[in-house]
Amino acid sequence: MTDGNAMPMPGERAPDFALPTFPDQRVGLADYRGRPVVLAFYPADWSPVCGDQMSLYQAVSPVFAQYDAALLGISVDGIWSHRAFAQQRNIDYPLLSDFEPKGEVSREYGVYSPVDGVAERSLFLIDSDGTIAWSFLSPRGVNPGADGILAALDALENGRVVVRR
Amino acid sequence: MTARLTEPVTAADHLRGPREAPVTVVEYGDYQCPYCAAANPLLRRVLAERPGRVRLAYRHFPLPNLHPFAERAAQAAEAVAEADAERFWPAHDWLYAHQELIGPDLVPRLCAHLGTDAEAVQRAVDAGAHRERVSRDFASGVRSGVNGTPTLYLNGVRYDGSHDLADLLAAVDAVPVSA
Repeated sequence: MTDGNAMPMPGERAPDFALPTFPDQRVGLADYRGRPVVLAFYPADWSPVCGDQMSLYQAVSPVFAQYDAALLGISVDGIWSHRAFAQQRNIDYPLLSDFEPKGEVSREYGVYSPVDGVAERSLFLIDSDGTIAWSFLSPRGVNPGADGILAALDALENGRVVVRR
Repeated sequence: MTARLTEPVTAADHLRGPREAPVTVVEYGDYQCPYCAAANPLLRRVLAERPGRVRLAYRHFPLPNLHPFAERAAQAAEAVAEADAERFWPAHDWLYAHQELIGPDLVPRLCAHLGTDAEAVQRAVDAGAHRERVSRDFASGVRSGVNGTPTLYLNGVRYDGSHDLADLLAAVDAVPVSA
């Protein structure tokens, strides 16, 4: 259950943001203009499942690279949690901290759950011009994998804007 | 939305069980994943409990960021199979039964168990001779919606149920089979 803000639809401008990944570093959409960006919102670091979503995306990152796509993970965890999580799982793509004001970016993307104060598991593909090309809201407990992202990247390469499924 | 297998099973897959079995289980696995190790005897049991009805195809899905030797283990199994296709499954079973030995000395240990020429396998692994096969398996898994290991497909449809023997057998029994 999200807080009522709608997820931006395909064809709409992706809300801009810049969030911390390190104490002295912020990362935002503007850093990747000219490339497709995959935003992966997720509820929390330290999911106990072997091969969880964020670890899977690290393993799939060579495939994303074939599309020149940048991948950003976003949760409300603080940067130190992200650092430890990334280190433990050898994740080298940026994990962004939507920590203060808490969940602000997640709200703008319509995926913040005020009930438990986390971002819902959701995916957005933003094209190289900053327009939403595809989005997907996953049930909380279900790891959406990467097949939807790759299908959306294929569609983007073929010049079509795909509809939210 | 139910994830479906994008790469159909062919003779190039590693297959266990009767070729004509009406139900094919495809497993995407990682030799260093503890859940896959737990699933291996379970799947053997499923084959044993439903003789004639089910066969297993195994595809590689190593997660190198979590399991640093999983890809080498997959390549080693492929190298063993290249020399003698019959030895794939003994290699596979040994790897899952001896995960604690999967490390830098994996190849000599595996080959000592199998009675296979370790040098040839080591050369193939070091040269990455089977890297492409493993990557191809991995890519087909990603496209098919593999979201962790092990991920199973029953006649092409991802199985999201429990890894309890009774549940898995019930799922195998429930697969619609055309006459």
